This record gives sequence, C-alpha cells and structure tokens, in this order.
Amino acid sequence: MLNREFIFKKVAFSSATLILIVLTSIFIMLFISAKPAMQKYGLHFLVDSNWNKTIEIKTPLTQAQISAKKTKTQKSDNSDMNDDNLFADDTPVLGDDASGDNVDVSTNVKIDTIFGGYVPIIGTILSTLIAMAFSIPIAMGIAVFLAEIAPDFLIKPVGTAIELLAAIPSIIYGMWGLFYFAPIVQNIFGGSQMSLLTAGLVLGIMILPFMAAITRDAMNTTPDVLKESAYAMGATKFEVVKDVIFPYAKVGIIGSVILSLGRALGETMAVAFLIGSVFKVPGSLTSPTISIPVVLANNFGEASGDMMSSLFYLAFVLFVFSFIIIGSAKFYFLRGRR
Amino acid sequence: MNSTERRRLLTNKIVLALSTISALLGLVFLFWILITLFLKGVSALDFSLFTKDLVDGGLRNLIFGQFMMALMATIIGVPLGMLAGIYLREYGNGKYANIIRDLSDIMMSAPSIVIGAFVFAVFVAPFGGINGWAGSIALAIMLIPIVVSTTDNMLSLVPKELREAGIALGGSKHKVILQIILKAAKIGLMTGILLAFARVIGETAPLLFTSGTNSFWSTDLGNAFPSLTVSIYDLANFPTDKARDLAWAASFLLTVIVLVINLTGRFIIRDKG
Repeated sequence: MLNREFIFKKVAFSSATLILIVLTSIFIMLFISAKPAMQKYGLHFLVDSNWNKTIEIKTPLTQAQISAKKTKTQKSDNSDMNDDNLFADDTPVLGDDASGDNVDVSTNVKIDTIFGGYVPIIGTILSTLIAMAFSIPIAMGIAVFLAEIAPDFLIKPVGTAIELLAAIPSIIYGMWGLFYFAPIVQNIFGGSQMSLLTAGLVLGIMILPFMAAITRDAMNTTPDVLKESAYAMGATKFEVVKDVIFPYAKVGIIGSVILSLGRALGETMAVAFLIGSVFKVPGSLTSPTISIPVVLANNFGEASGDMMSSLFYLAFVLFVFSFIIIGSAKFYFLRGRR
Repeated sequence: MNSTERRRLLTNKIVLALSTISALLGLVFLFWILITLFLKGVSALDFSLFTKDLVDGGLRNLIFGQFMMALMATIIGVPLGMLAGIYLREYGNGKYANIIRDLSDIMMSAPSIVIGAFVFAVFVAPFGGINGWAGSIALAIMLIPIVVSTTDNMLSLVPKELREAGIALGGSKHKVILQIILKAAKIGLMTGILLAFARVIGETAPLLFTSGTNSFWSTDLGNAFPSLTVSIYDLANFPTDKARDLAWAASFLLTVIVLVINLTGRFIIRDKG
C-alpha cells in the first residue's frame, strides 16, 4: 500500500515537472536551432531590414593573406588572377578588422544571402500597439458595463456572449477580417486592404473579450462596502468607478492589459490573413508589412539552411519576449494577491 | 441644482453611455462574425461535403483528421495535466509548486506558432517530414496547461472535510484522491476537459508545419494528416470562388463545433455547479 502511494506521488510529481521540462526544452531547442543564424548575424539581425537578400560581401583579407599577396606581386610582375580565385574560396570572416589602407587592393568578393529580422519585429510591435490602442478603451468599457452598469438580467447573457467571442478560433477572425472587415477599413482610411491597420484592428477585436473578462474579474474584487460608502456620500457611478474601483483593482487591471499584450504578440492566423506579408517597413498605418508569427507561418514549410535558422532566431526572440511580458503580468498579479 | 452638480451628472451619463456602447460594440462584432459565417457557410454547405474528401471537393477527411488530432492531444494531455494538477493541489507545498503553477500559466499564453516551431524541431525534422503525431503533440502541449489549471482550481473547491474523512477511514492519500476527491470534482473536471478540447480543436498555427494537411482520406498519423483549420487557410488563399466557398463552409462547421462544445460545457457547470 505504502509502495503504491509512493509511486502515485512520484508520477504526479513527474507530471508537474514535465511543465518545467517542456518549457526548458522549448527554450533550448529554439536556441540550438537558431544558433547558426545567431553566430552568422549576431545582434545585428535584430536591426537589419533585409530578408532573403542576395548580396556581394567584400571582405578584407587577413594581415597574413595581404602580406602573402604582396610578396607574390613583388616577386612576379604579371598580375595574379589565380590568387583572387584562390582567396575567393576562403570563407570570409564578418567583422574582421583588417587595416583600412589596403582594402581596395585586397578584398574577397563572395555572394551570400542575408537575413535580418527588423521588418517582422517592427511589424509585430506596431500591430500589437494598434491592437492595444483599439481594445483597451473598449475592454474597459465592457468591464465597467458588466461590473457596474448592467441590470442583473443582462449580466449573464452579455457576459457569455463576450466570452463566446473569445472562443471563436483565430482563423475565423482572419477569414471574416479579410473578406468583410478589411474592405470597410480601407473605405474609411484608404491605403491597402491588407495593412498594418486592418491587422491591428482585427487583432484588437480578438483580444477584446480576453482583456474585458480579466479586467471585469479584477473589478469584481472591490469590496461592496467601499462602493456603498462612496454611493452613500453621493458619488455618481462614474465617480465610484474612477475613484474607488479603479484604484482598488489597479494592479489586476494592469496585469490583464499586459497579459493581453503578451497574447497579441504571438497571435498568428488572424494577422496572417490581414497584414499583407510584405517584407517592408511600413511607410504608413495603411501599408502592408509582416509580423514574426506570420513569417514563421509562411516560410517554415519550405525553409532550409540560413533561412531555417533565421526563422528559429525569430521564434526564439518572440518566445523570450512573450515569456518576459506574460511572466511580468503574472508577477504583477501575484504581488496583488499577497 | 448648481452647475457643479449638473456637470458631475452629465459626465456620469456620458461615461455610462460610452461604456454601454462598448458592450454593444462587442456584441455587434460577435453577431457580425456569426451572421457572416452563417450566411456564407449555409449557402456553401451541402450534404455531399460530409461524404467526400477534400480531393473530391468535400470536407470529410478534414473533419475526421481535426477531430482525431484533438482527440489524441486529449488522450496524451489529460492524464499528464490532471496528474500535474493533483500534485500542485494535493502534494505540492511551497515554492516548487508555485513555480510550476506560474510556468504552467505562462505556457498557456505562449505563442502557439512557437510551440509549432519547437515540435517541428523535435518531432518533424528528425523524422523526415510532417506527420499527424507531431500535430497531436503540438496540440497536447497547448492543452496540458489548461487541464493543469482547471484541475488545480476544481480540486481547491473540494471541502477539506472530505479529505479528512477519507484519511480518518484509513484510506491512503492516493486512494482518497482517486476515489473521493476526483469524484467530488468530477463535473468541474469534465467541463474543463471539454473546454480544453474546444480550445485545441480550433487551433491552426501549431499544426501548420507539424501535421500540415492532406487532401486524401488518412488514418495514418505517421504521415501528413488532414487538418480542417490548415486547409481553411490554404483554401481561403486560393483564388477561385469554389475554394473560397469550401473555406466558408469549413469555417462555419468549425465554429459550430467549437461553440457547441463550449456552450455544452457552460450549461453542465451552470446546472450542477
């Protein structure tokens, strides 16, 4: 009997530990798979707006190679085409600081494809910001409505409806957004139908119910006594919300906003339909661009080599960022609970 | 009534109106999406969609494939998630349990496409190609934290007296958990599992490069596996009306499936909980 108890406890413990193991393995596997790109492009990857671009790399020769070349040219007068080819076979070392004086006469030229993550990173940040700007005021309004304004018979059905909005799969938001919402946005704001703006707005609609639900839960933790005292003093509903509920539930509300931000960052399908998938820093709100999840969704299937590790680099960046953001929201909540 | 009072009342009215409009706006979006889906979906819906596979212009294999992978994810994920939840609530005390609890919450909100990338690196690349198992595992990784948190919450609702009574009768702890506590929390747990199932069956991103999709009927999880959601994405980007109609029909069915499971879960918990 004791033995079974021991085994059961161990199995339960292992299952709980599995969470830790899976999260750690995600981190490690993404890092290992991204390593070639990390070594090749370094942190410059994050600010480089070229993606899948063929370039000629002119690499200075090392000091040893230069002196070898010099001695050769001194010895034989006829210029050495062979040497150039010979040197061109060497793998160029990026960022190698050779003496600038000799650059002209002593460079290798190599064709290479480079990858940089700047455009999707910017696209992710901007689409998330638009989504937040759109959804925060509306989510707060919905939460206030459900927590304070709605008559009893409306609270349940409206609450359920908002929660159902959260249950609709993201690909449905993408379909609806592309064929029905984007044309309207385009009519109003002009520009391209698939754009940063339409992607951000649909993303905002998607996180709306999520944000409203947690905000409302946070507001509902305000003790009735506090609200009633304010009402007894003659405060209006708005004053109670502004001066009693918001200050009391502040921590939880900020937590819910940050958590929604974390969700919006990693959302794929709704954005994939709408952002336009163009590797270009958006010139305006209504121009198309791309985000990290969409780059992954569109290219992962056929990628290999440098592109593959660059995709993993982006996935790693996204994972680390959302981990930090979601983690800090949780930490905020936790502090509120204590 | 002096002017200050009038202004306060006016501000109040404006803010309350704005807040009500926000709620209305939320409802407008919900019904806009649902009505669009209904109109486009029903007009494209045809009984033959359920008897033909994608290759012949139907959805049969896709619906089956999506259910199959969500079911496998449930079979893999529910025991692990429940055991982890049991550990957190019944055995774990102190720091370690709290850390796992937080990590599980973070995992629940982790970008699903990143989970897809991870599963690709571990279960697709080494095995030479996309396969249904990888898709199921990706969904299971999404499902586990949901089950952990439901189990954790539902077990916390079971009164302490039940545990004490069980121990007093001489039951060992695991017997008390398995035979008394889990039974007491049965309805809540079932609902949680239903909601978790509804959540993963609508997922697309983690399946894109793990299971991919398949136009043909397949029951072999070792190969590219039919997926309703991945095919919706493909079809919607296909520039023919026929493909788009099929995508709308598939979207309608997917939403009906997800919402029906979701509402069922809610009604169970409302009736009994």
